[in-house]
Amino acid sequence: MAQKTQQERILALLKRNARISTQEIADRLNLTPAKAEAAIKKLEEEGIVRGYTALIANDTETITRAIIEVQIQPERDTGFDKVAQQICKFDEVVSAYLISGRYDLHLEVVGKSLQEVAHFVASKLSTQPGVKSCSTLFLLKKYKESGIELEKEEKYERLKISL
Amino acid sequence: MSVSRSRCKTPSPRPRVAPHIAVLPKSGIRDFFELVNTMEGVISLGIGEPDFVAPWKIREATIYSLQRGFTHYTSNLGDLKLRKAICRYFQNRFGGIYSPETECIVTVGVSEGLDIAIRAVTSPGDEVLYHEPCYVSYAPAVSMSHGVPVPVLTKAENDFVVQVEDLEKAVTPKTKLLLLNYPNNPTGAGMTLEDKKKIADFAIRHDLLVFSDEIYDELSYIPRSPSIATLPGMRERTVVFNGFSKAYAMTGFRIAYAVGPHDLVDAMMKIHQYSMLCAPGLSQFGAIEALNSCDEEREAMREEYEQRRNVIVKGFNSMGLHCFLPRGAFYVFPCIQSTGMSSMEFATQLLQEEKVAVIPGSAFGASGEGFVRCSYATAMEEIQEALVRLRRFLKKKGLH
Ligand SMILES: Cc1ncc(COP(=O)(O)O)c(C=O)c1O
Repeated sequence: MAQKTQQERILALLKRNARISTQEIADRLNLTPAKAEAAIKKLEEEGIVRGYTALIANDTETITRAIIEVQIQPERDTGFDKVAQQICKFDEVVSAYLISGRYDLHLEVVGKSLQEVAHFVASKLSTQPGVKSCSTLFLLKKYKESGIELEKEEKYERLKISL
Repeated sequence: MSVSRSRCKTPSPRPRVAPHIAVLPKSGIRDFFELVNTMEGVISLGIGEPDFVAPWKIREATIYSLQRGFTHYTSNLGDLKLRKAICRYFQNRFGGIYSPETECIVTVGVSEGLDIAIRAVTSPGDEVLYHEPCYVSYAPAVSMSHGVPVPVLTKAENDFVVQVEDLEKAVTPKTKLLLLNYPNNPTGAGMTLEDKKKIADFAIRHDLLVFSDEIYDELSYIPRSPSIATLPGMRERTVVFNGFSKAYAMTGFRIAYAVGPHDLVDAMMKIHQYSMLCAPGLSQFGAIEALNSCDEEREAMREEYEQRRNVIVKGFNSMGLHCFLPRGAFYVFPCIQSTGMSSMEFATQLLQEEKVAVIPGSAFGASGEGFVRCSYATAMEEIQEALVRLRRFLKKKGLH
């Protein structure tokens, strides 16, 4: 198995816990804190790390989330990108992917209520130039995000001592 | 119910427990265990098994085997699919070729593998060399076979690698077998290819059998070197023991294997057949999945151990408790002689005053005195908290 690069190791640590201290990264990877700090800075400057965010368990009581699949009329030269980037400008759109299959874009959209999301889709999204049709799927419960299961497994108590 | 009179009324003049069992020590640190178990809020660096849960794929494959009704005995040697996977793995890893049909046996942990192998080759009075400090079951396993366990001490100055000079001093015409365990529990020592070559020469020179317990092989932090079994002249005299407990976090599955020359595996098989029949079928199906599709999960765990090792070694060295950088397994073995305490005193006081459990080195043989074993198969937050407490403990005593 190929050895990971130092950059890959740092990325893996940040992905698992974005709040990990620079000191801990340094200690884990046998670096000086200054070296670790510089490596993180570099990742940020090169745009490999774009930001840090919190993973919040079910916030569905205060926020309504929906997956919206969008069919797009691609444009000459820019294909799907221009329309997609236009759609991404809306704060309501929290993630967006180009997908294969019947639809072209897969969006996650948030709003304060079902009505608000529906209104956004009807008045803003589906009326965008280039948008042919939308299909809206409201999210009911979140089980896993970014590789983390939100309902904790029961933890087995190991023997306190074993040789 | 009629009860045998001789047993109840008159004490038998004969000892009920066989003398060679009666003299076996129970674990020397039972009282310490008891103490740990009565305390709340203990952070334990005393645990010799992974903190990870077995990867889900392995658990799922085990459940699936149950759903399909695989609830029967398997072949004595173990399911052939598993033995084939083991031999394939061994060949990929080391280039050593073993026949799944005749040179591989699936055992109930390396524990059972070592036990039946030692029983298979030891006649009363045969001497068995083993390096110390070491895993606690080696000497008793030899004694139970009426063999004579002969410890060979390893030293911190050699990073706990057993030295041929010391082996030469211990070898006699009665020596039949050498037990090896690298990467090592409790020291974290590991052997380079050069180290292995020297030991191989020694074994060939004295015509010894070698049992190599390589259960921590996948948890190595130095460049990989071949198993000693693959060195010239070694295949016919070596049995390699490995298992799933540590590399795949499967301690509770109780599953492992041994590969070696046919005559030795066949002898082990006889004991296994009459005492164990076969290893648990369910665990065998989990083990197949482990070998076939869990390389990445295994590597992720190995890497996490390696990073924790870096943290814990730095922590100990920075508080004046010297410890060398372990080459494998998930233990550090810091020297605590500078505190003036025995390893038992150190462990007991640390537990009582700061609720951190470490294992006194003396539990692994007299040569472990002056050291403590700390396991980093523990979450990083716990390791960090344990280091904070340790520092405070030493400060309070004016030792740091
Ligand atoms: C060196 C060594 N050998 C063997 C064993 C036992 O392993 P198993 O779970 O395969 O019986 C252990 C467990 O701690 C060990 O440290």
